[in-house]
Amino acid sequence: MTDAPTTLQPLEPAADDEDEDQLRYGSLSADAWRQLRRRPLFWLCVSIIFLLIVAAIVPGLFTSIDPQLGDQRNNLQSPSAEHWFGTDLQGRDQYARVVHGARVSIVVAFVVTLSTASIAIVLGSVAGYFGGLVDAVISRITDVWFAIPTVLGGIVMLQLFEQRTIGTLCLVLIVFGWTTKLRLVRSAVVAVRNADYIDAARALGASHRRIITRHILPNALTPLVVYTAITFGVVIAAEAALTFIGVGLRKPAVSWGLIISDSRGRIQTHSYLLLFPGMILSMAVFSFILLGDLLRDAFDPRQR
Amino acid sequence: MGRYIIRRVLQLIPVFIGATFLIFAMVFALPGDPIRALAGERSQSESVREALREEYNLNDPLPVQYAKYVGGLAKGDFGADFRGRPVSDTIKQRVPITARLALVAFLFEVIIGVAAGMLAGIRQRGFFDSLVLISTLTVISIPIFVLGFLAQITFGLRLGIVPVAGIKQGWVSYILPGLVLGSVSLAYVARLTRSSLIDNLKADYVRTAVSKGLSSRRVVGVHTLRNSLIPVVTYLGIDLGALLGGAIITESVFNIPGVGGAVFDGVIRQEGTTVVGLTTFIIIVYMGMTLLVDILYAVLDPRIRYD
Repeated sequence: MTDAPTTLQPLEPAADDEDEDQLRYGSLSADAWRQLRRRPLFWLCVSIIFLLIVAAIVPGLFTSIDPQLGDQRNNLQSPSAEHWFGTDLQGRDQYARVVHGARVSIVVAFVVTLSTASIAIVLGSVAGYFGGLVDAVISRITDVWFAIPTVLGGIVMLQLFEQRTIGTLCLVLIVFGWTTKLRLVRSAVVAVRNADYIDAARALGASHRRIITRHILPNALTPLVVYTAITFGVVIAAEAALTFIGVGLRKPAVSWGLIISDSRGRIQTHSYLLLFPGMILSMAVFSFILLGDLLRDAFDPRQR
Repeated sequence: MGRYIIRRVLQLIPVFIGATFLIFAMVFALPGDPIRALAGERSQSESVREALREEYNLNDPLPVQYAKYVGGLAKGDFGADFRGRPVSDTIKQRVPITARLALVAFLFEVIIGVAAGMLAGIRQRGFFDSLVLISTLTVISIPIFVLGFLAQITFGLRLGIVPVAGIKQGWVSYILPGLVLGSVSLAYVARLTRSSLIDNLKADYVRTAVSKGLSSRRVVGVHTLRNSLIPVVTYLGIDLGALLGGAIITESVFNIPGVGGAVFDGVIRQEGTTVVGLTTFIIIVYMGMTLLVDILYAVLDPRIRYD
């Protein structure tokens, strides 16, 4: 968007010559990195994500106010220099609550995304590489889990737990979240499985394990990397949604879903109670999804 | 073609059984005794409880319960809730509401989504293209319950154009929830239409059409658009299946008594049979739409082989 010549017409794939000279050397990932670091939007995403991670690890850097400390004399105050995001019904500082709420979202996002990606890489490459009965079994199991909508299955499954912690939420989101990633990995593996260089490796006597990890996966992981960046955002939104409708974390936990659910019923008179936490939550999701978009553009040479 | 359809249906059967059994097993494992909960504070004799357990097959092992349930399904019986009311009654009552909501959301997706994607794709990297890319990204990023509240605040409360909650005012009540429910898919439809159009504009047959001297209106409208819409139709079909399954969060924000709300209430009140019945219905609808889309895809794109 930013570095494109404005005269480029869709029907003329010319004007690539200059780019090609630049891009002739280096691996795909080095090439993608060169593309990415020139884009200001990439650095915007990275900064937002970095700030969120810092807030999750040491919230004290951003606020020294206790998010649980209520002062009834100061409840429902509009945003001011003292309370940037205002105060809630219990007189607690909304800004401090939003900062401390980052931890739940970030922890859930990382645990769920990395777990589902690992499941997808292991089972997806096994299914795609070996094919046959193994593939049929893994693919049918995936179909079954895929057929259950995440929110619906999540609500039913969360009711099984008397105590709901960050761990239970992660578990539920992992259980309903791995299917799309597995399908991505499997089809990418199937696409490279019969390539000549795989035959060459096999002829040289490489083990299945070595062929998968050294030859197939490096060439099949790009779609997963792009989608994984997006799922960080999707998971943050899903966690907030489950908590918001009341089947996720419960008070006194501090989480964005709970803060927004608390603002319910007051949006007409005190809309700032919704706007600030809603904005921060959306910004978190936004930066991960945009990062996924940018990665896809960088990894897909056809886009240039 | 007939064989293709039969094979697809046969493939769906194990998926259907697996998915419904999973839900069945999870609901069965819910804590608490539903029969006891039914009586509330009143006392209930052991013989009554036993009779009720027998009636709802609660004494059988899980696979037997499930088999009896599927046997009932085959006869169109979705079971009864613990007050003796057939779950199919709940479905009949809730589905028209959810269907109206889904239809409104679907119309927004088709009309605004396809038009925006087309205008963006025709002039890649133009002003409108950037506008569509940024606005769709924003819409995708705002979680649906936040978007719902924002829509209520701006359109409903500040501007006062449309009702913000409930369904008392007929079709008008569905405009705002429909727009919110369809917004994310609308954004995806716009992006899909755009990228598909851009890909197809580079195709050889488009170059041929241009070099024959056809007007650009004809090249885009007749030659390119038709082919570009195939993936969009696929996406829309599957999405309609998901929409018809009810939208728990949107229905909750806008206070709409649809299928999603009924499932949610069922889970909270631990009415196992209601949850299982409605979930089974949702999965049937979703799988039916997926099947329909697969068949439609094969019809629209002759490159897809049937066998």
